[in-house]
Amino acid sequence: MPKVNMVQAINLALKEEMQRDKSVVILGEDVGKDGGVFRITEGLIEQFGTERVMDTPLSESGIVGAAVGMAIYGLKPVAEIQFMGFIYPTIDQLFSHAARIRSRSRGRFTCPIVVRTPYGAGIKALELHSESTEALFCHMPGIKVVVPSSPYNAKGLLISSIRDPDPVIFLESTRLYRLIKEDVSEEEYTLPLGSARIVQEGKDVTLIAWGSMLHRVLQSVEGVDAEVIDLMTLSPFDEETVYKSVKKTGRVVIVHEAPKTCGFGAELSASIAEEAMLYLKAPILRVTGYDVVMPLPKFEDYYMPSVERIRKAIEEVMKY
Amino acid sequence: MPEKTIESFTVQRLDILDEKGIADESLMPSLSDEDIKRMYELIVLSRTFDQRALNLQREGRLGAYPSLLGQEASQIGSAFACEKSDWVFPSFREMGVYITLGYPPHMLYQYWAGDERGLKISDNVTIFPLCVPVGTQIPHAVGAAIAAKYRGDKIGIVTYFGDGGTSKGDFHEGFNMAGVFRLPVVFICQNNQWAISVPREKQTASKTLAQKAFAYGFEGVQVDGNDIFSVYKATKDALEKAKRGDGPTFIECFTYRMSDHTTSDDATKYRSKEEVDAWKQKDPILRLRLFMEKKGLWTEQYQKDIEEQSTLIIDEAVKEAESIKPPHPEEMFAYTYEKLTPRQIKQMKGF
Ligand SMILES: Cc1ncc(C[n+]2csc(CCOP(=O)(O)OP(=O)(O)O)c2C)c(N)n1
Ligand SMILES: [Mg+2]
Repeated sequence: MPKVNMVQAINLALKEEMQRDKSVVILGEDVGKDGGVFRITEGLIEQFGTERVMDTPLSESGIVGAAVGMAIYGLKPVAEIQFMGFIYPTIDQLFSHAARIRSRSRGRFTCPIVVRTPYGAGIKALELHSESTEALFCHMPGIKVVVPSSPYNAKGLLISSIRDPDPVIFLESTRLYRLIKEDVSEEEYTLPLGSARIVQEGKDVTLIAWGSMLHRVLQSVEGVDAEVIDLMTLSPFDEETVYKSVKKTGRVVIVHEAPKTCGFGAELSASIAEEAMLYLKAPILRVTGYDVVMPLPKFEDYYMPSVERIRKAIEEVMKY
Repeated sequence: MPEKTIESFTVQRLDILDEKGIADESLMPSLSDEDIKRMYELIVLSRTFDQRALNLQREGRLGAYPSLLGQEASQIGSAFACEKSDWVFPSFREMGVYITLGYPPHMLYQYWAGDERGLKISDNVTIFPLCVPVGTQIPHAVGAAIAAKYRGDKIGIVTYFGDGGTSKGDFHEGFNMAGVFRLPVVFICQNNQWAISVPREKQTASKTLAQKAFAYGFEGVQVDGNDIFSVYKATKDALEKAKRGDGPTFIECFTYRMSDHTTSDDATKYRSKEEVDAWKQKDPILRLRLFMEKKGLWTEQYQKDIEEQSTLIIDEAVKEAESIKPPHPEEMFAYTYEKLTPRQIKQMKGF
């Protein structure tokens, strides 16, 4: 099995799905000749032509709006938004249309689109190039939100997202793109949406993370009998796996790089409180970005949940 | 070096049938007497539908409703030019388009009474559910056109919006992409002179809306939107052009919203009676009737017959809409995703 990074794994997923299914097409800014600013779509225009790999005008709302129209007509478009900070103009199309076409037409029309976008901090980027606003999308019923944490699960989850009959926001951590290499089969495989992954089992505390924060969490649990959950799909999230783990350990630390207020950790904590309060030995703690506008690189290390902050939270809940 | 003109454009305006019912025969599209009668009957049916909707709303039997009064020629003329295989992406006022394309009127009443099931379009009608957020349907037409082109389907895609819609970013993004990819789209703007209380000249400083197309590299025309022959001809030509692979067209139908914006609006707050009265002379039904009378296609008896027939259809539609059993609360969940989420299943247990 070849060892590949996340960029290559995502490229492989796109290539395999385009080979398998002629209705899969790609559109976005610079995705063709240039292969995308992160080179995710490199080589695809050569293999599949300009009809299936479309370099569009600089037009985020137009890209997602057109993807909606393509999906209505029966294609399976995969749209790339260059950075998560530029996804905001598409929210109208995503919330007003993609999320509700199935409902509005009572199932006559569906919207099987994937919107891929690089998210998160850690690559010393410009303003609006490090956003992590996944919770916005989790609030809208009708949309699924998927965040892979490794090359292996990126490939399996992207293939499932493309095949999914509903709209999926697929968030790719820029920090992870080239950070890790992993065995990724060139054989077809998928990972189900809506299922979390227990990365390591443990008895004393449950840590919940996704995307790039998963790796920080794994660096923080040395010497602790911690159960680590990689959520992978945020919406709809795998409630069963979360509650089962919490009921076992009785302690929870949630880690995400988005600001704390109304971050996805809030949903997780509230859900755990509703479903497993009586099993808890300690307050649920969240280690998150701060309630500030995502800073430029000079502040980035202060902003991001660090190994120290995560360790402190674990020590805190272990006091109970 | 001297300055020179490197680009210029002229905006054409098409008028065929005037207020007295006299048509410019040299411009007349080819339409049989039967076609013309059918158009007239569809206008009468749409107006009957519309008037009934307003009455039902007053009686509390429908929710807020946007009347199409005055815009019948724009709607029926353009929809009449569509073939069965063409796709239509409407905004929210196009009840005349729905009716012309064969959408069951009872489902429209069902929808406006607040029941989503009214928008469950049957497989043989190629119109999309109406679009409430202004202008956002424009990129959908563009995407559908990309898909049709990719599939090699020789069809046209028609999308409707208002003068207000031309101020939205989606108008710009959709037009731009349609121009770049030379897509088979016909953009139809019903310039009814008002966007709620905002008059056309406050919407844009452009002299015409049609001219906006030229900035995106394709042709825009203005037509008399109260003249069904002009609208029909422009749409027909644009659809043929689209199917030949010659790209998009923008048609500005110059018309007037005779009614309030919706049943929740009071247009007397912001526009004069004189203005409305002046447009009454331009009524799209009136001039078509005069034209048909001259041609021997219209008699008092014919009018009585089709009015009766329309009333019958609408009576039936209202009865049918109101006899539909209310949806089960569980149906609220059914179409969020293909499958219910575990959380939705829990929430549904409450019912
Ligand atoms: C994005 C958006 N903004 C505001 C509204 C509220 N609204 C509904 S219709 C309308 C005016 C639309 O004017 P126009 O596009 O000319 O269409 P018309 O109503 O004249 O048919 C407004 C402001 C809306 N539905 N969508
Ligand atoms: Mg208007």
